[in-house]
Amino acid sequence: MDPDWQAVTLTVKLATLTTLILLVVGTPIAWWLARSRHWIKRPIASVVALPLVLPPTVLGFYLLVLMGPNGPLGHATTALGLGTLPFTFAGLVAASVCYSLPFVVQPLQNAFESIGERPLEVAATLRASPLDCFLTVAAPLARPGFLTAAVLAFAHTVGEFGVVLMIGGSIPGETKVLSIAIYDHVETLEYGHAHWLAGGMLLFSFLVLLILHQANGRLDKWGRS
Amino acid sequence: MKKLAFLIVTFVFCGPAQAETATIAVAANFTDATRDIVPLFEKATGHTVKVSYGSTGKLYAQIENGAPFDAFLAADINRPSKAERDGLAVNGTRFTYAKGKLALWSAKPGRFEDGGAYLKTGDFERVAIANPKTAPYGLAALQVLEHLALDHELQGKLVQGDSIAQTFQFVVSGNAEIGFVALSQVRAWKGDKGSAWEIPEPYYAPIEQQAILLTRGADNPAAWAFLAFLKGAEARTVITRYGYGVE
Repeated sequence: MDPDWQAVTLTVKLATLTTLILLVVGTPIAWWLARSRHWIKRPIASVVALPLVLPPTVLGFYLLVLMGPNGPLGHATTALGLGTLPFTFAGLVAASVCYSLPFVVQPLQNAFESIGERPLEVAATLRASPLDCFLTVAAPLARPGFLTAAVLAFAHTVGEFGVVLMIGGSIPGETKVLSIAIYDHVETLEYGHAHWLAGGMLLFSFLVLLILHQANGRLDKWGRS
Repeated sequence: MKKLAFLIVTFVFCGPAQAETATIAVAANFTDATRDIVPLFEKATGHTVKVSYGSTGKLYAQIENGAPFDAFLAADINRPSKAERDGLAVNGTRFTYAKGKLALWSAKPGRFEDGGAYLKTGDFERVAIANPKTAPYGLAALQVLEHLALDHELQGKLVQGDSIAQTFQFVVSGNAEIGFVALSQVRAWKGDKGSAWEIPEPYYAPIEQQAILLTRGADNPAAWAFLAFLKGAEARTVITRYGYGVE
């Protein structure tokens, strides 16, 4: 396969998998953050938001140390027979899940909070179980939040660079994602290739945001009517 | 008042005539040697040097895009001669300052005596090399693998560092069991000595590391002085101490 195309498909695969995992992991966290009044809520919310403010190199450094053969995570994965995670696709997925977590949790948390107590109380008085409340009341009302979360997680993972540079090892078809391929092309002065990939990324990012704005506008109207 | 203005002008424009600052781009393998040489140079001449480290290819790309470097210490002949041809450097200032040596290295002591034989066992998960497109030491590593006829077999085990510095870091952290690094890095490493195999010279094309004065540094006495200092006895002592060959 053409190496550039390979980088594109690898990136799509990584972003899709990361988004799916994040929706599963992020939804309960966001739900809890939206509903809880416990004092620990604020520290947890801060931890979740850390990747927003931390330089990717900090995250990359810690992941390299933790997931490496001498780190606790590395010991655990080796004991499970998985080997160590740096320089593997699985390692990139793990890193991306950490890196993009706030992009899923925050929109979902906002969406859940904006529903308010009332609809859920009504559902509860109609004897809906908490899970039922969530699935039939909260989740449909939070639909714009889910869309935003999924799109942002996907786009943010596609745009990941610093972390991958530190723990990826640039292996074609395994860890050489789009952003690294562009970086390599620029470093080796292959501007033609760099232009194709970078231009494609620019178009992709624009379309993502456009779709997001369009869809949210429509969903808002749908929610209000 | 006029006198004062004259004094200020004198200080600003003529004052630093003796002590200038040069900004130099240095290939990552030469990091440790440069850190030793710069203080010697500054003490000897009074000039100041600012250094940027990176892979030779990356630095070259930066120079081509107008990076403010006065001199370039590469890890090959190609980039400096290309800079000379493309008018990015001053003609006739190119020279070999060091001959690089490649080593196979592991952070674990006793992993191998003969690295060539060890490579053939295939008893490892990952081999770190520097990106062959941008780092001359990475290119040399590929030549070694070709020489041993292992290039296809080990393809799936190669992980690439952005420069020889990151490659070394991959091996130090144990994330790659072994890696092709610069002998100078092994010499400079203060931690556990690990296992090192100095690769026989016929296995790869000689790594002739050349320096050149860039166009931007043509009028910078500090840049000229630094390149001259690099040829001198004091610098050569440091260079050989790190395992490089000198002419």
